[in-house]
Amino acid sequence: MDAFILQVLNGLDKGSAYALIALGLTLIFGTLGVVNFAHGALFMLGSFCAVTLQRILSLSYETIDETQLDFLGNPLKVKSTYIESWLGKDVGLAIIDWSVPIAILFAIPVMIAIGVIMERGLIKHFYKRPHADQILVTFGLAIVIQEVVKYYYGANPIQTPAPDSLSKALDLGVMIGFDPNAIIYPYWRLIYFFFSMTVIAGVFAFLQFTTFGMVVRAGMADRETVSMLGINIDKRFTIMFGIAAAVAGLAGVMYTPINPPNYHMGMDFLVLSFVVVVVGGMGSLPGAVLAGFLLGILESFASTAWATSLLPGINQIIIYLVAIIVLLTRPRGLMGRKGVMEE
Amino acid sequence: MTKSNFTRRGVLKTGALAGAAMATPTIFDGSVWAAGHTGFTNAPEGGSVTLGFNVPQSGPYADEGADELRAYELAVEHLNGGGDGGMINTFSSKTLDGTGINGKKVEYVTGDTQTKSDAARASAKSMIEKDGAIMITGGSSSGVAIAVQGLCQDAGVIFMAGLTHSNDTTGKDRKANGFRHFFNGYMSGAALAPVLAARYGTDRKAYHLTADYTWGWTQQESIANATEAQGWETVNNVLTPLASTDFSSYIAPVLNSGADVLVLNHYGGNMVNSLTNAVQFGLKDKQVNGKNFEIVVPLYSRLMARGAGENVKGILGSTNWHWSLTDEGSKAFVKSFGTKYGFPPSQAAHTVYCQTLLYADAVNRAGSFNPCAVGEALEDFEFSGLGNGDVLYRGADHQCFKDVLVVQGKENPTSEFDVLEVVEVTPRAQVEYPPNHPMFGGDEASLGECNPGA
Repeated sequence: MDAFILQVLNGLDKGSAYALIALGLTLIFGTLGVVNFAHGALFMLGSFCAVTLQRILSLSYETIDETQLDFLGNPLKVKSTYIESWLGKDVGLAIIDWSVPIAILFAIPVMIAIGVIMERGLIKHFYKRPHADQILVTFGLAIVIQEVVKYYYGANPIQTPAPDSLSKALDLGVMIGFDPNAIIYPYWRLIYFFFSMTVIAGVFAFLQFTTFGMVVRAGMADRETVSMLGINIDKRFTIMFGIAAAVAGLAGVMYTPINPPNYHMGMDFLVLSFVVVVVGGMGSLPGAVLAGFLLGILESFASTAWATSLLPGINQIIIYLVAIIVLLTRPRGLMGRKGVMEE
Repeated sequence: MTKSNFTRRGVLKTGALAGAAMATPTIFDGSVWAAGHTGFTNAPEGGSVTLGFNVPQSGPYADEGADELRAYELAVEHLNGGGDGGMINTFSSKTLDGTGINGKKVEYVTGDTQTKSDAARASAKSMIEKDGAIMITGGSSSGVAIAVQGLCQDAGVIFMAGLTHSNDTTGKDRKANGFRHFFNGYMSGAALAPVLAARYGTDRKAYHLTADYTWGWTQQESIANATEAQGWETVNNVLTPLASTDFSSYIAPVLNSGADVLVLNHYGGNMVNSLTNAVQFGLKDKQVNGKNFEIVVPLYSRLMARGAGENVKGILGSTNWHWSLTDEGSKAFVKSFGTKYGFPPSQAAHTVYCQTLLYADAVNRAGSFNPCAVGEALEDFEFSGLGNGDVLYRGADHQCFKDVLVVQGKENPTSEFDVLEVVEVTPRAQVEYPPNHPMFGGDEASLGECNPGA
């Protein structure tokens, strides 16, 4: 039972990332009709917002320590951060320690700006082109973005830890009546799940309860009619692209303590997120979220030792297997609507 | 009517060749090859010779590839008489004098393996066929090394492997034209297991997570065998796909498996992520069977360990070489490399620098670039002064035998490069094994025939 609960938690955690990325993908597809293969790159850029802020906060100056030697036998250059010298050691170290949560504030405007620039600068020129062209140009853009990131940050993963006080694991088992150490789960992964639920709820509330959201939903349902009513729907859709980029970016920021970011992490998530969108139903926001968590949990169970011993390789194909079954039984996906991506 | 293929001239030529073959000394002398500078692939003409450096310049191991490339450029500089000479000054063989290789100036071309076997083979092929590379060297993955080694064997050029740790490279997939300076999974196990037993006791239950490809399989087998010989029990071995990014699903079952040691047979990004995940789940702070839970990373890379940050602290593993060694060879190399680039070299940089010098020295001793002559010169060659004590390039399988380092993640690093500390230098005798060892292909494993190519 404890192993079962652990895998459910793992699945919810993986599903959180899938759901957030798939939500952004669906927002863009639903509003602009663009299949955005650069969305994984936006997730990666979000995580590098956290890396960048950590580096900014850790900017340092060098002093020579004559009592120690470096690897060449010269006096050691000791680095001290500016922030520690300005604000005192305790405050400076605490700010650096909390750089990932602080990066949320940094990432939101940066990612919205990147999203708007991407949409206005490149993607809007492909609205009237076939989906194949959109896929090619956004995939090419993703490659360009990841190569630029690799040039500046290198190919190796970069450790961007959670605040020290949130880096430990919680003994969940004791809290629900199991033996000590039976169900241990990292604090940050629990935070990631609740954070993603909050973001998802925020996006849904924004679309459901604001005038802006109502107009966007109307535009998603019938763009031409909304335009004829004198509403500049294109401008709103551009803003939605920015919001979708921010959602992917926030998913990336909060993911950095779970796995150290590297330049190709976006590609690792992209394909799976597209499967999530298709399984959930093209254009369906609740479908994307539901499928994200569902596939996360299934992938988690398929990776257990008993599953791989029963069916070797099941952990690598489970998501695609489920996608095939869902598409055979429900061709529009779990919550897909009639008419989306259909001639 | 039949037509005979025999002619008087043909019979005389065949007889002369047979006579020459009969007269060849049983113990090969490189000077025999020196007589003929043609008749092999890419025989150098003019005053220069081209080496092919095939390293990952893109993909997940690009940083390791960049460090290899720096070391190659340094080696070429030293071979051509530039810089301070580095380890040429400490190398026990004294044929390298700064005049290139065999009197020819060294030039080089580079290829990008992308850490993909097909891309690595394509770039090696291009360097051999288009650029006239006489030797191919490099790589940061065993899958790639084995693939390129096979190609070089067929093409008739020498392959001096870079960072490849699978037993198979000089085991069941060994080739006459291929040579490995780097250590292997068996050696890691032989060096690490006694230290693990001394530190953590002999009554331990180990759970292995293993990257699902040639390197992971052979390392897991090696570590399991070596630790079981110390009294440990292997409770489970779970294969993880190479493309895995999140290992939480594989870590969670470890918690209640009864194991008190987790062995991560992972490298590169896999290692960084699996170790980070294991620490997140509190394994380093856990008590099982009345003992502290321990994590082991059998193959360490300093470049990769940096990515794992604080998580590597206190965790044991093994490495081929480390910049903090204080022998004259290591000091000379670190000084050369550090002065040129501003930071200490990695083990990948060290092994490829050594391979380049060893190749150049073998050519000089053979007096020929003919790959078969170079191979003969490398086989059973004993040397020192390259940072690993007294080393043997064993002729039977083309594997270098040398001391192995057991290292540990440093608790109080003084710089970003000061990630690992050496806890034991395991002597060469402890990591040796017979060429027909079952983990290395047994009696069936064979180098085959040297191929000089054209």
